[in-house]
Amino acid sequence: MNGTLAALLYLTSSVCFILALRGLSSPESARRGNALGIFGMILAIGTTVAMPGMVSLPLIAVAVLLGGAIGTVIALRIQMTALPQLIAAFHSLVGAAAVLVAAAAFLHPAALGILGEHGIHTASLVEMAIGTAIGAITFTGSVVAFAKLQGLVTGAPLVFRGQHMINAGLAVACLALGMWFVVSQSPAAFWLVVASSLALGLLLIVPIGGADMPVVVSMLNSYSGWAASGIGFTLHNNLLIITGALVGSSGAILSYIMCKAMNRSIFNVIFGGFAVESGATPGAPREQRPVKIGNAEDAAFIMKNASSVIIVPGYGMAVAQAQHVLREMADQLKENGVNVRYAIHPVAGRMPGHMNVLLAEANVPYDEVAELEEINRDFAVTDVVYVIGANDITNPAARSDPKSPIFGMPVLDVEKAKTVLFVKRSLASGYAGIDNELFYRDNTMMLLGDAKKVTEELLKAL
Amino acid sequence: MPLPAPDNQLLAASDADPVVLSLTVFVLACFIGYYVVWRVTPALHSPLMAVTNAISSVIIVGALIAAGATAQAQGIAISQILGFAAITLAAVNIFGGFVISQRMLGKFRKKPKQ
Repeated sequence: MNGTLAALLYLTSSVCFILALRGLSSPESARRGNALGIFGMILAIGTTVAMPGMVSLPLIAVAVLLGGAIGTVIALRIQMTALPQLIAAFHSLVGAAAVLVAAAAFLHPAALGILGEHGIHTASLVEMAIGTAIGAITFTGSVVAFAKLQGLVTGAPLVFRGQHMINAGLAVACLALGMWFVVSQSPAAFWLVVASSLALGLLLIVPIGGADMPVVVSMLNSYSGWAASGIGFTLHNNLLIITGALVGSSGAILSYIMCKAMNRSIFNVIFGGFAVESGATPGAPREQRPVKIGNAEDAAFIMKNASSVIIVPGYGMAVAQAQHVLREMADQLKENGVNVRYAIHPVAGRMPGHMNVLLAEANVPYDEVAELEEINRDFAVTDVVYVIGANDITNPAARSDPKSPIFGMPVLDVEKAKTVLFVKRSLASGYAGIDNELFYRDNTMMLLGDAKKVTEELLKAL
Repeated sequence: MPLPAPDNQLLAASDADPVVLSLTVFVLACFIGYYVVWRVTPALHSPLMAVTNAISSVIIVGALIAAGATAQAQGIAISQILGFAAITLAAVNIFGGFVISQRMLGKFRKKPKQ
């Protein structure tokens, strides 16, 4: 295979990847898109392996099959509720692979065709330093995100004095080491770039709290793309550059959507601004206000007499694994002639689209599931809203109280419905540490208990 | 390669630094990514992450070159070992990413027609 043919085949596989993403514009075309993505990947690997001068093919095959078997088994076995941590773990592998490839290129530049007369080309060195640094940050950042999502370490933000100074210092050091590496081509400089970037990735994600994970996971998704692009620049490979750019912009857009759904800037999320803010307004003495607490029979009675119900799921539903019994409840209601729909807030759950996947897993048809903008107006003409495992995304303070830390965040206007049934473990405040005005409204009935248990009891009572 | 200056002015662009050509491809691809991803329906944002994760492992191409093209007279070079490690990691991602997105997409069903 000559270089021109290889370049054309790489171009074909780039187009396949673009179409794979394009397919995701609707669930019907998505599966075809995924198949095209797989085809593109096979083409990319096949083309590379068929290049002249490739050796150790049996060993390569072993490595691919070994990794492939591990990946397949994990992906087939994983629970859908554990999806966010799985994705985080996968991102870390892309980061690690980028660092390894960069290191290989640095150690043996001739083989990768980046050797000039005076050592490695300067441009390649710059690209290599950037690709390595992003790869290393992606790696440790994703490992921390994984540990937080998996519950191996506390999901609470870890904040300490001088954190920003240390991070800034580390970033400057990273940059300086990178320049030293480009000028000197010294192996010590290369490994110091790797080490400082690894530390930076760790420290960047440590202060970010569990509920901000949708942004973090999207951001790391973006980084893994930029790392691939950086390696593509180093190796003069357009396929890597294009694919990396696609993934990078995809992650960036997702981060933007998530931030906008919380009415916060990306800097605010990354630098743990939220923790500082809510700490600055410490526990205003919580007033004891009357709350209406109901039981499953009351709730079932209200639901039976309703003509329309909207279900608002949140992370609590995922934790309690309540999606299946929730769908059974919805089926029961539908049999009674009640119109049931689901409303999804963009940051519900721990990753973009998390709730949609969980509901789909429980066989909820996707045309019953609506996004915030689609459904928000309908709450006013809805009889019953069933809030399960969500809190801050329904807080009316986001619209009415300019002093609230979440003021300006788009929320689901559940309080406009005739009755709000609010499933919650206790009356404690949500992650943002803010009281939810909704609990004390006349049209709200609290159903205290585990999301799954409450829904089961409700189903029985229906 | 020195070009005779006057009548080859128009060829100047192809004479540009290869980095600029790579940058051209990169910037255009960012724009494609931008417009394609905005059209992804929010319901499929999780599969989008899984698919992008799988395709970002196209970095396996670099790993394959590192492992396969560094033929040496004696034994296996360190860069090859790094290459093999990178192939394995990227393969975990490729298979894992595509399988999990296929699994997710398989669950998205329409309301059965009554």
